[in-house]
Amino acid sequence: MKKAMALALILAVCLVLTGCGGTDGSNGEKREVNVCSWGEYIDENLIYQFEEETGIQVNYSTAESNEALYSLLSMGGADYDVIVPSDYMISQLIEEGLLAELNYENIPNFSQIDDRFKNLPYDPENKYTVPYTWGTLGLIYNSTMVDGPITSWSAMFDPAYANNVLMIRNSRDALGIALIYLGYSVNTTNEAEIREAFQLLSDAKNNGVYQGFFMDETFLKMEGGNAALCTYYAGDFLTMLDNNPDLVYVVPKEGSNWFVDAMCVLKDAQHKEEAEAWINFLASNEASMANMDYIGYASPNTEVLAGYPAYYEETYGEPLDQGRYEIMAAPEDVLDTCEAYLVLPAETRALYNDLWTELGI
Amino acid sequence: MKRKLSLFAIPYVVWMALFVVAPVFLVVLYAFSSKTGGFTLDNFARMGTYAVVFGRSFRLALIATGICLAIGYPVSYMMSKEGPRFQRIAMVLIMLPMWMNFLLRTYSWMAILENNGLLNQLFQKIGLIDLWNHVFGTNLTFFPMMNTQGAVVLGMVYNYLPFMILPIYSVIIKLDPSLLEAARDLGADSVNVFRRVILPLSLPGVLSGITMVFVPSVSTFAISTMLGGGTRILLGDLIEQQFTGGAYNPYLGAAIALVMMAIVVLCMWVMNHFGEGEEQAVML
Repeated sequence: MKKAMALALILAVCLVLTGCGGTDGSNGEKREVNVCSWGEYIDENLIYQFEEETGIQVNYSTAESNEALYSLLSMGGADYDVIVPSDYMISQLIEEGLLAELNYENIPNFSQIDDRFKNLPYDPENKYTVPYTWGTLGLIYNSTMVDGPITSWSAMFDPAYANNVLMIRNSRDALGIALIYLGYSVNTTNEAEIREAFQLLSDAKNNGVYQGFFMDETFLKMEGGNAALCTYYAGDFLTMLDNNPDLVYVVPKEGSNWFVDAMCVLKDAQHKEEAEAWINFLASNEASMANMDYIGYASPNTEVLAGYPAYYEETYGEPLDQGRYEIMAAPEDVLDTCEAYLVLPAETRALYNDLWTELGI
Repeated sequence: MKRKLSLFAIPYVVWMALFVVAPVFLVVLYAFSSKTGGFTLDNFARMGTYAVVFGRSFRLALIATGICLAIGYPVSYMMSKEGPRFQRIAMVLIMLPMWMNFLLRTYSWMAILENNGLLNQLFQKIGLIDLWNHVFGTNLTFFPMMNTQGAVVLGMVYNYLPFMILPIYSVIIKLDPSLLEAARDLGADSVNVFRRVILPLSLPGVLSGITMVFVPSVSTFAISTMLGGGTRILLGDLIEQQFTGGAYNPYLGAAIALVMMAIVVLCMWVMNHFGEGEEQAVML
């Protein structure tokens, strides 16, 4: 009897809980939009500005990585409207039918986006996405801790820098730079090539090259001079540079990865109209400029990209260093050496995951 | 004798059902499912690959638990011997760090242990590193402490030590003083009072302390990535990777978690039986 009663109670509670969830969506009074982005990836004043201008409440949350975002979506626990994944993850989401086609009439600011960033391979007909930022993956070193300038990825695997290198904790990027160094495509599906790249990483690890595999911890370690070398993203490098002027960013001569992060709307989004208003707002010249200045990642907006040096000079009263600008917005000749990630087939992704786990064992 | 289910117990029962029984049930369900949804044992077939990780996790957790016990028991015992004022202050000092999130505290340990961190700067200033180089003929500029398994154990001990001290202390403090008096009256010296009365009677506290330190240690993941560098992962990292890593595979993750839980439960069961036997033996 006891058990039956307890069970009945549990059922009752479950019903109440799910009942509450059900009434949420039908409430048409309050306009809101649920956004999921990366940490430190927006000038937060823009959120308040948007809320004030439109009366739409923004529920802003963040995910750690493309893979973590994908897990959140797969588990089905999230009710996001707008997400900002990177190129390769976008094609995976499109492939799996998780994204909604956008109504570009509601996003007039899309016309401001530079043609270079439209119709990219991840969304060839540009039906799903509006680019948010772009940048490169590069090698960062502390000029006081290495001899002479570094120009090759080889340094990331070199026993000469034993216990002085931070490898990025992200299978796509870590295997990616190994593939680039070996002269292969970052999008190869050839198992032998991927295994060769893994071997390179594994040997370097066994030779004690790496202090460890890190993501956000990299900031503190590089800023404090605790490691000589690491691999990280251009926009984040500028944050590190502000705290340690000895750091140098290079896109190595073998080339690198360049990426676009773009805003998209999920297929089962409850607030599609509000989502498009939010995307249109962030694609505007003003918002895009504020963002580029705040987060250090380049805007895909033609006018903003060209006008940023003038904006910088006006705001800070000193001219923008050309080197700094070129780290944010890599010039054509650098971009030409870089390759974007494409979505990998499921079996290659499984191979990446297995190898990545093996590397940690 | 049957007792009626008290009304006050209902919130607890509901809570347990929703947040303990249901998740464990889901873990079991996932562990035996394949991606397409059918029953499978494949998830367990791969477990052999991860034997090293299992071994490493249990080894480090055991070491951390041992150190916690070695530090925690004397501290609890000494505390219980002091006056109430001292006990209150000591209790606050032990609890104080727990008011702050453990991730923040672990971040602080990173700043302390780094190659260029506070400790190494101190060693440099007081000439310890020069002295070391002089004596051992080495050429160090810092002592490598960060990203070692020692640092991981340190992180575990630091974070979980209060969970060892508190249960032992609360058992010792409640010991009936008349038992100790009786032991002395019957001619036991202080060593024997401790060995034959206090120690056996405090065993329940020790057992729950061991459980409360060992279980979180064996499944930790943040500490090992932050202090250990993530080049030699622990079980917690391995499970986390299955859920948030590149190839989303909650089925394998659940299977690993299930095997881990089974081993932990087995360890606890063996230990509790051993503990009970010991207690009775000494009592007799």
